[in-house]
Parts: sequence; C-alpha cells; structure tokens
Amino acid sequence: MRVARRLILTGNDATAEAMRQIAPDVVTCFPITPQTELMHKFAEHVADGDVDTELVLVESEHSAMSAAVGAAAAGARAMTATAANGLALMWEIVYIAASYRLPIVMPVVNRALSGPINIHCDHSDTMGCRDTGWIQLYSENAQEAYDNTIQALRIAEHPDVLLPVMVTFDGFILSHTAEILEGLEDAEVKDWIGTYEAKYSILNTDDPVTMGPLDLQDYYFEHKRQQVEGMRHAPAVIRDIGRAYGELSGRSYDLFEAYRLEDAEFAVVALGSTCGTTKVVVDELREQGTKAGLLKIRSFRPFPEAEIAEALGNAKAIGVLDRSISFGAPGGPVHKEIKAALYGTGREIGIVNYIYGLGGRDMSVNDIKTAFAGLEKVAREGTPDDNIRFLGLRGEGGV
Amino acid sequence: MKERGWTEIPPGGIIEEAGNAVAYETGSWRTYRPVWDSETCIHCLRCWVACPDSSIEIADGKVTGIDYDHCKGCGICSFECPVDPKAIQMKLETDIAKE
Ligand code: SF4
Ligand code: SF4
Repeated sequence: MRVARRLILTGNDATAEAMRQIAPDVVTCFPITPQTELMHKFAEHVADGDVDTELVLVESEHSAMSAAVGAAAAGARAMTATAANGLALMWEIVYIAASYRLPIVMPVVNRALSGPINIHCDHSDTMGCRDTGWIQLYSENAQEAYDNTIQALRIAEHPDVLLPVMVTFDGFILSHTAEILEGLEDAEVKDWIGTYEAKYSILNTDDPVTMGPLDLQDYYFEHKRQQVEGMRHAPAVIRDIGRAYGELSGRSYDLFEAYRLEDAEFAVVALGSTCGTTKVVVDELREQGTKAGLLKIRSFRPFPEAEIAEALGNAKAIGVLDRSISFGAPGGPVHKEIKAALYGTGREIGIVNYIYGLGGRDMSVNDIKTAFAGLEKVAREGTPDDNIRFLGLRGEGGV
Repeated sequence: MKERGWTEIPPGGIIEEAGNAVAYETGSWRTYRPVWDSETCIHCLRCWVACPDSSIEIADGKVTGIDYDHCKGCGICSFECPVDPKAIQMKLETDIAKE
C-alpha cells in the first residue's frame, strides 16, 4: 500500500507544488490577485533550485500568453497562470494558443471581472472564454486543483486532442485557504506525465515548418473543423486519463461527478467550490427524507451533454447554479448548457437558474437550502416564468 | 491546385514545407504596377533594398526587371528611386489592361 504524502497547502500553493513536480520547460509569469501567490510560490521553487524551469517574467498577461505560445511552438512544455482581468488582457492570444494546437496548461484562479473593480471569486473570467477552444476543468477544492493540473498535461498533449487546458479554482475561497491534501511523490509525477515530443518545432532547422501563416477563405474553415475534432476526442481522453490517475493516486476523475443523484428528485447542478457546500446540504436533506442530489461539472469544455442529460434522468426539478451572468441571454452559461442538453430527450423537467456569488458574495448552506426548497414547487408546476433567480441578492427579485 | 479537406491538412495552420512564400502569388493583390525603365535607371539598387517582397530582380549588381508574381504594388521602390523623372513609375493595372 502506498503511503500518502500529506500536505497542508492553500489552493495556490498546491497548484505551485503540482507545477514544481511537472517541471515545465518554460513558465511565463505576470502577477494578478488572487493568482499572485501561486506564482510567488513557483518562483520560490525556481529560486531555491527545486525545479529547473525557465521562468520568464513578462510585462503583461498579453505577453505571458504570447511567450507561452512561442515556447510551446518551439516544442517546450509551457505553462502560465492568471485570473480575471489578466485573462481578459491575454484574450487575443488565448484563442491563438488553441488555434495553433499548442498544449499549454494554465491554472486560472477564478475572480470577478471588473467593473466595478472586485478581486473576489466568481466565474465571469473563465465563463467568458468558454468558446476560445480551450478545455476547461473546474476544481472543487485544492486537492482537485492539484490533481487536475497534473492530469491537464496529459490531456493537452494527447495526440488526439492537442488543445490547451485551463484548470480553474475559486479565488480566495480555494486559492487562499489551507487544506489537507495528498500529494504524489516527485518521481511518480515525473513517470506518469512522461516526456513530451512535439510533432513540430519552430526551432527545428533540420525540418523547418511555417507556423502562423495567413489563413484566409481557402483554409481557415478547415482548421476550425480540426479544432472541433480535437474537442470531440477530448471526453474519452479526459475519462481515460482520469481513470489512470485513479490507479496512480487512488483518486479517479470523470467528466462530472454524480453525487447521490441516481434516485434524486431534486437535482442541483454546479461547478467549483460551491459543490462542497452543496454536498453538505444534500446529505442533510437526505437525512430528512428529501431525495436531493448534485451534479458537479468538472469538464465544462468539452461539455458532455448526452451523459449529463442521462445522469439527470430521474430528476423532477433541476436548479442550475451559475456564478456568472450571460448578459441578455436566457440564463447563465451553465443553465443554457443544461437546458440544451435536455432538449430533445422528450423529458419535461422544470428547470430554474440561480445566479449566485457574484464578486465573492458568500454562498452559504442556507442559500443552497433555499435553492433546493424552491425546486419543490418547480417539480409540481414545471418551469416557472421567473426561472432566472438571483440567490443572495438584496432587493426586488432576490431570493 | 485542388484544395484539400480538413482531414488532409496538418493541424493548426502549419505548412510543412519551408520557403513556401514563393508559391503564394501576392502579385494578384496589385492595384498599381511599378513599371521600370532600363534607359533611365542608374542601378543604385535603392529599390532592391527597399522592396518588402524581394520583387526587384537583379543580376551582377544591376536591375533586370520586376517579379510581377509577387510584387504587390506598394510603390516603395518608386518612392525611393532617386532619378528624376523616376525610373520606376506606378501605373494603374486597369489602365495597363486597357492599353
Ligand atoms: S511596388 Fe512594392 S512590392 Fe512591387 S516591386 Fe515596388 S517595392 Fe516591391
Ligand atoms: S532606385 Fe531607381 S535608379 Fe535605383 S536601381 Fe531602382 S529603378 Fe534604378
């Protein structure tokens, strides 16, 4: 039996620990709250000689992603990390990384986008770039942030996928809170991720290629279709790697987690740290005889719609939690995906959307109980007119 | 050239042959054509240095002509030409076509 390596770390330090063990060839670094401590810690590992990564300090996030793209184009394992407005500033190059099929891995510490300026958690940053062509894995706690970061390397570099991966975890709630977690040994991580041989390198003068040429009406469309194919392969790869990681660590991963969902009549769908709180509420409701369950999304991109629709099969009412707004759209980003997943299944399930936690607004056990309580009426009467609700909001329309 | 489908091309817009710009005939973009006069040219090679598309053809240190497959008609060569009147004159392609 393997002896667990017990660690007490914040989400940021746990992710920096994963990065130290991965030992990427190149890490590009620009600080932004609440990601700053992650890079502090990683820079410390570099300064102490605990990892031989080339740490490139840049002058903005736009440059951080550009330098990561350059390094990955040369065939290096490249990583960076960011949050909120930093992610927004690198936007242009975020698309380019995916389009060039560069397997960059980037932890994103979820934080509200300005304005008004706010440094606390919501998902407006990563939800805003859900269509950039990156795979997105959401983490419930520091353990998952650590585990997802290690798995992300192999997912991104898989030849059937070859897409960059964002590993997200909630700002402050996870990034700055210490947790007990299990780490792998350095040698285990090294063996498990193996080495990366890029098919093309911009620095290979023996077999030179052109990267980033003009791609107009004649071929751009075909290249986008190739990206779709990489994304279509991703679910099976994410699942296989999640299983293999389970054999290594004892912690298996899937595209989503169904928590007491099988016979659940009232299902909540969520992602991120709120899932931990929701599990507490589900347990409590179950003890009282209410058939409550949680569907925790890990892989939001790709979105495994058929499997999710099936997992929600027995629900009579669904409450979808969204920690971001899609302005002008009929509900938040998760809500829309769930509705789309259920469309055409022939099942009439009442669905309500709870927008919550914007700008770090606390999401308490009582708030989640309120969400579940609201589902009983929905189960009886179907989707109500007021199906977009604001959980924890003061004033009119708040619940 | 037959254009290929999405399963037949390398990923990410990569072109596997180096030096492929020669196959891309940027000359089709041209509105104005640089017309070179061998009589008045003093072969100072300013145009050759300045051309962004390596389209001034030379041999033994002397201009021999212009590569119209790649010249995109920017007019830099003509602008830089020190001879008066200029040994490279920019003429509308549509006027040349009419002639
Ligand atoms: S017009 Fe521009 S591209 Fe054409 S030969 Fe002159 S400098 Fe070169
Ligand atoms: S710049 Fe004018 S004179 Fe000089 S080589 Fe070119 S065409 Fe001839």
